[in-house]
Amino acid sequence: MIEVRELSRSFGKVRALDDVSFDAESGRITGLLGPNGAGKSTCLRILSTVLSADRGRASIGGIDVAADPLAVRRLFGVLPHGAGLYPQLTARENIRYYGELHGIDGATLEARIDGLVRRLDLVDVADRHAKGFSQGQRTKVALARALVNEPDYLLLDEPTSGLDVMATRDLRQWLTELKQQGCCILLSSHVMQEIAALADDLVIIAHGRLAALGTPADLRRQFNEDDLEQVFVDAVSEADVVSEADVVSEADVVSGADVVSGADVVSGTAP
Amino acid sequence: MSPIAIVCRKEIVDNVRDRRTMLSTLAFGPLFAPLMFVVMIQIVVDRAISSGEERLDVPMIGIEAAPNLEEFLAARGIDSDPDHGIADLDAAAEAVANGSLGYAIVLEESYAEDFGSERPARLTLVFDRSNSRDSERVQRVRSTLRQFTERIGVLRLIARGVSPEVVRPVIIDDYDVSTPTGRSALVLGILTYFLLFATLMGGMYLAIDATAGERERKSLEPLLTTPVSRTSLLLGKVAATVVFMLASLALTLVGFAIALRYLPLDELGMSSGFTPMTAVSAFFLLAPFTLLGAFLMTLVASFTRSYKEAQTWLGLLLLVPTLPVAIATLLNVQPSQALMWVPSMSQHLLITAFIKQDPVAPLMVAQSVASTLIYAALLALVTIRLYKREALLG
Repeated sequence: MIEVRELSRSFGKVRALDDVSFDAESGRITGLLGPNGAGKSTCLRILSTVLSADRGRASIGGIDVAADPLAVRRLFGVLPHGAGLYPQLTARENIRYYGELHGIDGATLEARIDGLVRRLDLVDVADRHAKGFSQGQRTKVALARALVNEPDYLLLDEPTSGLDVMATRDLRQWLTELKQQGCCILLSSHVMQEIAALADDLVIIAHGRLAALGTPADLRRQFNEDDLEQVFVDAVSEADVVSEADVVSEADVVSGADVVSGADVVSGTAP
Repeated sequence: MSPIAIVCRKEIVDNVRDRRTMLSTLAFGPLFAPLMFVVMIQIVVDRAISSGEERLDVPMIGIEAAPNLEEFLAARGIDSDPDHGIADLDAAAEAVANGSLGYAIVLEESYAEDFGSERPARLTLVFDRSNSRDSERVQRVRSTLRQFTERIGVLRLIARGVSPEVVRPVIIDDYDVSTPTGRSALVLGILTYFLLFATLMGGMYLAIDATAGERERKSLEPLLTTPVSRTSLLLGKVAATVVFMLASLALTLVGFAIALRYLPLDELGMSSGFTPMTAVSAFFLLAPFTLLGAFLMTLVASFTRSYKEAQTWLGLLLLVPTLPVAIATLLNVQPSQALMWVPSMSQHLLITAFIKQDPVAPLMVAQSVASTLIYAALLALVTIRLYKREALLG
């Protein structure tokens, strides 16, 4: 399980993340949804141990990300936004490098690379230099690289951006397979349809704050809306109102400390 | 395999496949530097040799009045150039000043009369001191003119029955103790700079690639999520940079060892002390410098925001080791224990001493190596701190 509690982070005067709490369960896909600049990447970067939080805490598999980052990194695979490959290395070498950094080697590593290459449909390009790869091929290799340690947790930041329809569909299928194997998947997106097709749980954030959370069915009920896209728009515009109110009085800000379900958040944030 | 070794090996493989890195490691240092050096030395040697032998055509204004002088000069390879078209001293000065004439001799109008009546006859040698192309020739003309006036003086004294020794109360003999290798060391001083330059150049692209390049390619963030500490990642990258710098240094030394065989240094009265042993000593003297250079370049590249910015800064950084070397060469600094604490100067002084075949105190070698390693360690600490900052991600 991934636990995020009262997580806050500012960059200068900008509050990128403000008191966000949510859980992501194992064997489920949790979608982190929000407009551009909502704080999704900041949240995922804190979880992936490359940024630190100003306040609050986050843990993966019970290990605090700030306290023992190296132990956490052994558990997860990360696909950051626009993840880059080494253009002079082949697809296989790119994957092998990460495998070795995870302390895997020899026959075990080669078997895993072969498995990933086959599963992600990279057989044709596996031994070509990554220099000329298409965006889809790059994302596949980056995903294979993130999966080389057979992680129990997978963090993906906008994995479908730049992918065509076919590649997006393939990606959805692999993520569903991984979920069925018990993997805990947290992925971010700013497109509701993307996530609606995939996520079991939704976490909607706007202006660095939690706007709503729950299963798609929960959210439809809360917002009295069949269309999930409309739910997203409603949740974000409610957050906008709070954000403006925040300018008037800091005291009005919902602490979010006891967020358990989306209903609490929504009722709490209603003006 | 340790994470440092994994990172180091990956960086080497990655960069061996990169044409730009390989060009700067293999081509610039080992080929370009010795070649440039040979061309530079060749020009110096040619000039020195040719100006001593060639016949000179010198515009001599009013030489008709001094046939004995003309004959004396011609016998020593200095001919009067009749087609100069210059009338007087002012015209000659102008022509030399604007560069259309290298130099000229102008006899005063009263020369013949004064010479005939044994009063001091006057002539002017017009030249431009800042014109280094003709400086050797002017020197030769001037000393030939001196010989002439000395000769005439002697003849006049003899004609009066006076011994010429009366006007030579002191005899000055030249006794130059510089050995041929000692003289060549001055020229070969540039060699250390080329070595330092080629060494840094060999690792430059790797240092950029490992920091600014990795960030720009967006491969840094996923790398930082692997279960390897940032210190190990950094040390692996620096280790790869050092490997490239050592390779560049070794190849450059081989390049110089070969190139110096074809230089006509003997004709300059120099002999090259650049033996294979010198090359090996230079390698081990400069090896600690690669560590210092690698951390320095990585540190500077870590500050920059993009590949291009890193390239600009590191390009400037390549000039930094010139300063101590230039000071040492210009001021003819001698090796001392205090100077062994100045990186790049200590290496320059010791390598020059090896080439001169001067005795080198083992203590100084140890000090040079130790001080360079201490600086490298300090830089390493700073770089590691910097690498642990969040801002590394840009």
